[in-house]
Amino acid sequence: MEINLEDIFQNKIDNEVKIEPRDWMPEKYRKTLIRQISQHAHSEIVGMLPEGNWITRAPNLRRKVALLAKVQDEAGHGLYLYSAAETLGMTRDEMYNELHTGKAKYSSIFNYPTLSWADMGAIGWLVDGAAIMNQVPLCRTSYGPYARAMVRVCKEESFHQRQGYEIMMSLCNGTPEQKTMAQDALNRWWWPSIMMFGPNDDNSPNSAQSMKWKIKRFSNDELRQKFIDVTIPQAELLGLTVPDKDLKWNEARGHYDFGIINWDEFNNVVAGNGPCNKQRLKARVDAWNNGEWVRDAANAYAQKRKNRVKSGQQAA
Amino acid sequence: MNQNEWPLWEVFIRAKQGLSHKHVGSLHAADYQMAIENARDVYTRRMEGVSIWVVESNNLYANEPNEQDALFEPATDKIYRHPTFYVLPEELNHM
Repeated sequence: MEINLEDIFQNKIDNEVKIEPRDWMPEKYRKTLIRQISQHAHSEIVGMLPEGNWITRAPNLRRKVALLAKVQDEAGHGLYLYSAAETLGMTRDEMYNELHTGKAKYSSIFNYPTLSWADMGAIGWLVDGAAIMNQVPLCRTSYGPYARAMVRVCKEESFHQRQGYEIMMSLCNGTPEQKTMAQDALNRWWWPSIMMFGPNDDNSPNSAQSMKWKIKRFSNDELRQKFIDVTIPQAELLGLTVPDKDLKWNEARGHYDFGIINWDEFNNVVAGNGPCNKQRLKARVDAWNNGEWVRDAANAYAQKRKNRVKSGQQAA
Repeated sequence: MNQNEWPLWEVFIRAKQGLSHKHVGSLHAADYQMAIENARDVYTRRMEGVSIWVVESNNLYANEPNEQDALFEPATDKIYRHPTFYVLPEELNHM
């Protein structure tokens, strides 16, 4: 019987029929999705922190409203994704708990510090650019609620990247000091950005299953290559140099060749030892704990109003 | 832990006058007013709506997906419910 259900399920996937919350699905599909979607949601939420750092110090009002709107979008993206994950049977509180206890991961890029205003440009351009590259294929992922959430996310994300690139352009067309700031930001964000696509394909054991289930549509290395190919001309347009001495156009492949990624650094940050892991997690845990009285008060108020309505009905 | 979790609400948005409300997602809120205000912030930041409905998720009932075939099968063989079932002369206009 089990095998039969699994065949029906795979048949739907092969025919591009979306899986919806109450449909039968293999337990491992459910678990994989819960892990991936909640991790994605956590990344959006923690991703507000590095940029939130610069809202009060944005150089002018135009930059400030744009950054504020971007950070607010990220909160929204986190919420779309959390509710998509909840349709798979995990509660919001359980997901928060996994984040706060360090059991769940989030994108390791957000464990790097934002040292200058130019980092707002580099993050929008590179980090959001890499995220878009990852997210566009997810609009066609096999699980309906995840795909629908990603359509909303992608629609909103393109402004994020454009505002980042515009910041970089202003700095590169500004004083020599401003251009140096932009180059410094690129130097620091380049490698972490291309690590965002995850381990190399031959080192990514769950990828094959995720491709078969059409959770993923492209491999980590394919997406990484695509990102590098579109980003290099953008760096050239800014007059900036990508910090990779092995980077060069390969005519035969029709792609850029690039240097070896420092996976030790990546693994170290994922393991919790990046420059800001502790700070980021503490900010989330503090926000949760300090908000407890608000959540309780809102519950108590809602309960009181419910009781009032009930006693009113009884009287009538 | 979950006793204190705010209930889940399903959110429906009317994109513009003349269209029906459409399900857009869900969110947590302590009561319906908070649900509407949060839905405004989460789902209509770019003028996606002119009206919001919220329904507490545990008030929503649905058919069983594994009984889907039995529920919808009766409609599959009734092609006479479609206009193309009826064969009429080519010369006939406005029908």
